[in-house]
Amino acid sequence: MPLIEYRDALNQAFSEEIERDPNVVLIGEEVAQYNGAYKVTRGLWKKFGDKRVVDTPISEAAFIGMGVGASMLGLRPVMELMFWSFATVAYDQIINNAGQIRYMSGGLINCPIVIRGPANGGTGVGATHSHTPENWLAAIPGLKVVSAATAYDAKGLMKTAIRDNDPVMFMENTLLYGEKGEVPEEEYLIPLGVADCKREGTDVSLIAHGRAVLTALKAAEILAAEHDISAEVIDLRSIRPLDEEAILRSIRKTHRAVLVDENKPFCGVSSQISSLIMEKAFDDLDAPVGRVCSLDAPAIYSPAVEPLQLPTPDRVIRKVKEIC
Amino acid sequence: MPKSAAISVDYAEAPVNAKLVSEDKIRLLREMLRIRRFEHISLKQYNAGKIGGFLHLYIGQESIAVGTVSLMGDNDHVITAYRDHGHALAVGMSMNECMAELYGKATGCSKGKGGSMHFFAPDKNYWGGHGIVGGQTPLGLGLAYGIKYKGLTGAAFCFLGDGAVNQGCFYESLNMAALFELPVIYVIENNKYSMGTSLERSSIVDKCLAQRAEAFKIDWAQADGEDVYEVRAVAQQALERAHKESKPTVLEFDTYRYYGHSVADSSHKGGYRPEEEIERYKKEHDPIQRFKATLLGEKVITEEQYEAIDAGVKAEAAESVKFAEESPNPTEASIFEDVYFEVDRQTEAGRTGKYFFND
Repeated sequence: MPLIEYRDALNQAFSEEIERDPNVVLIGEEVAQYNGAYKVTRGLWKKFGDKRVVDTPISEAAFIGMGVGASMLGLRPVMELMFWSFATVAYDQIINNAGQIRYMSGGLINCPIVIRGPANGGTGVGATHSHTPENWLAAIPGLKVVSAATAYDAKGLMKTAIRDNDPVMFMENTLLYGEKGEVPEEEYLIPLGVADCKREGTDVSLIAHGRAVLTALKAAEILAAEHDISAEVIDLRSIRPLDEEAILRSIRKTHRAVLVDENKPFCGVSSQISSLIMEKAFDDLDAPVGRVCSLDAPAIYSPAVEPLQLPTPDRVIRKVKEIC
Repeated sequence: MPKSAAISVDYAEAPVNAKLVSEDKIRLLREMLRIRRFEHISLKQYNAGKIGGFLHLYIGQESIAVGTVSLMGDNDHVITAYRDHGHALAVGMSMNECMAELYGKATGCSKGKGGSMHFFAPDKNYWGGHGIVGGQTPLGLGLAYGIKYKGLTGAAFCFLGDGAVNQGCFYESLNMAALFELPVIYVIENNKYSMGTSLERSSIVDKCLAQRAEAFKIDWAQADGEDVYEVRAVAQQALERAHKESKPTVLEFDTYRYYGHSVADSSHKGGYRPEEEIERYKKEHDPIQRFKATLLGEKVITEEQYEAIDAGVKAEAAESVKFAEESPNPTEASIFEDVYFEVDRQTEAGRTGKYFFND
């Protein structure tokens, strides 16, 4: 299988879906002639032209809203936010319009739009550019939220998101764009709402999404090699819809859980997962659920310190050892 | 100067009006009366405690929705803000489905899920009904984008109030409308008060609000919204610009609401605006009385015919109350319907994963 970068896996997804469906259009800041701020869309404007790959001014509220409006007429806009952090200036369009129009119209309208971009800290760009808003958005019934950890998942989930008839918020990660992974040449789709067991284990379940999955996998390696602990790693892939059964299945097997989450701990995705495990697998637990989140403060700039604010394998290992 | 304002002052003679036959003119009058009678009876039912939430009445502004919507063809679309009953009825929605929506009944246009501010009828190219001030302006842009993308000759009328012009996303939308040459027509219904704040207290105005379009090299026009002929004549120019040149326009119609910002606005009479002002508009600037006088003058209708039309729409409005009263409430289970398309349809995508987290 070809080994390709995460960004190129996304690029393939866009290219294939543009070719497949004349209603698919990529829209955002610098996505066309500049080839994307992070080169995720490179070459697509040259290949498909002005109609299918469209540069916008720096006007997130207007262009996200424009995408929502166009989606009501049956277009399938794939909107890039250069950073998901910039969603704050388009929040009305995302939450009230993409998220609520179907409901408020009694199901007369649907918005088949994808809003995508990187949603991560760890790159020294300060607090305003380092938000991880998957928990903010997953709290809104009407929106779907997806987070891809690998190149393979990024492509398969993106293709599904574009074909989905509801608004899908797709979380990428600038620290993952250059990560290589195996991506088959033949077409494949990954359904939303289906988690993936990235590593089998018997002693503890590490449950994560996005880049935290890689952190959990590193921790699992060290736990096996140095601490004789067999950790299972569950990648949620989709936050809403959520694969509740995959989480519970793993807990029933390992009886312990550490949730690894680049969200902040207060009302983060892991808060919801923790509550779920307590409510539905209480009797299966041999220890309290542990969590390793980004440290609960705005993202610090300092390159020396910022990596420590995010979940690290070391913090995951320490938490696992507390409960194993 | 506004390029589109330099037309004859006799709007009845404008081609778009000169071609109207008596039947068309009577229809315009009847549509305005439908709105007024629907709104009157809504107010009555609201005050009787039958309707919840907010109720933003369109009374006094009927000529604008009716005039513009009467120009729409198959590929023309309309979207507005929360004062949306007038536009809904003008596109041909039934009073029954609208009144039932106010009552929160399952037979409402939005199955009782949207309420007064959220009427929709996509089958009639009517895209709502939006509650956040100015929030619909990028959506109007998107409708125009969709029309152009599909290669259709059409336009999107996007209505907003004078208060909404100070929202940032409106200006972002104007810039993009001009930049992308999109066939969107922003129609500012200037009723002079953004809630309880007068135009003078909320906006810097040079000639008028629509003039702000000049900053984006967008054609604009300001006109008197009380005359349905004038509304049609001015809006037709914008529509032609959209259809023929795929260019946006900003229109501003002067108008006036007789009731408060919403029914809950008790200070509108003698509070933030003098009672005499309201009475003056009712007496001297009423769009329905004005058009009635025009049609009497044109000998298109007689007083008796007018009374008959009015009686007809009053009966339609009364019937809608009966319909709403007798309609069932939505079921509790319906709370979870119409959230996700894929779940509603039980598609393959709608069957993987958990969507709702109640238990």
